[in-house]
Amino acid sequence: MADPKQDASLTFYPMDQFIVHPLFGDGSITLSSWYIPTNVTLWLLLTVVAIIFLMVVTTSKRALIPTRGQSIAELTYGFVYKMIEDVAGREGIRYFPYIMTLFLFILVANFLGLIPMSFTTTSHIAVTAVLGFGVFFVVTILGFVKNGMAFLGLFWVAAAPLPLRPILAIIELISYFVRPVSHSIRLAGNMMAGHAVLKVFAGFAQVTAIAPIAILGVMAVYGLEVLVSAIQAYVFTILTCVYLKDALHPHH
Amino acid sequence: MEGNIADLGQFIGAGLAAIGSGAAAIGVGHVAGNFLSGALRNPSAAASQTATLFIGIAFAEALGIFSFLVALLLMFAV
Repeated sequence: MADPKQDASLTFYPMDQFIVHPLFGDGSITLSSWYIPTNVTLWLLLTVVAIIFLMVVTTSKRALIPTRGQSIAELTYGFVYKMIEDVAGREGIRYFPYIMTLFLFILVANFLGLIPMSFTTTSHIAVTAVLGFGVFFVVTILGFVKNGMAFLGLFWVAAAPLPLRPILAIIELISYFVRPVSHSIRLAGNMMAGHAVLKVFAGFAQVTAIAPIAILGVMAVYGLEVLVSAIQAYVFTILTCVYLKDALHPHH
Repeated sequence: MEGNIADLGQFIGAGLAAIGSGAAAIGVGHVAGNFLSGALRNPSAAASQTATLFIGIAFAEALGIFSFLVALLLMFAV
């Protein structure tokens, strides 16, 4: 991190919001204990609590005329169900719990991160890489279990002319192994970029002359960030569905 | 105006990397614009293709995010 200039009139610390620090103690990380509660683990826990509240508590009454919470839960369920059916086909429905979990976790974590003074867990590549590589390993293992060695047909494009196939196989292989990287960095990068932009606009509010414009800018960017949070959760899930379809039907 | 040459290189490099964000913006605009022109020609088929639209936007945007990441790494991590 660059050293702040003491005499500078404008000081920006847009990346300070992503610093991980322990909740208890003097802020230094000691390696004596195997588990240290930090602000990341706190907000991951809150995400899980919020999801449990949405999907268990609000739907526990099973009212025929749903309450607001039950409506949200039912609409989310139907939305993800239809997405898997459209993209991965009927066989993909078996993996509905996994994809629903991913969607809800990312969506709720993104939205909780938008609360002022909160911590955006999905802005850390450490968090999204676990999700992204998890999808990658699940899909690869599933492809080999379902299709055996025929799964390698994914890399051998039968529709292309024969001399072109080895070159295409190399390209397909590279693009297959870049998948988990781009899958996780897309989510983390979007979240990090959005929150950094919010902080930069908030920093402009230090100057009195442009403060009204800066505050309007923060409001506009915040609205955009709500949209981006939902879209990135949707994109992550739909790409999982696409990869799942490749695993279930490896032939182009 | 003083400082060392390494900081200069960092800032110039970060600025150059940020050009990639603009390139990604062109890509996303291209995807969305072509979707819109297709959707206006055949509105009945548009609703079924929104998933494809978002996948296309996500792929185009990911590369812009990569360049943004390079800029951030140059600014804060190097």
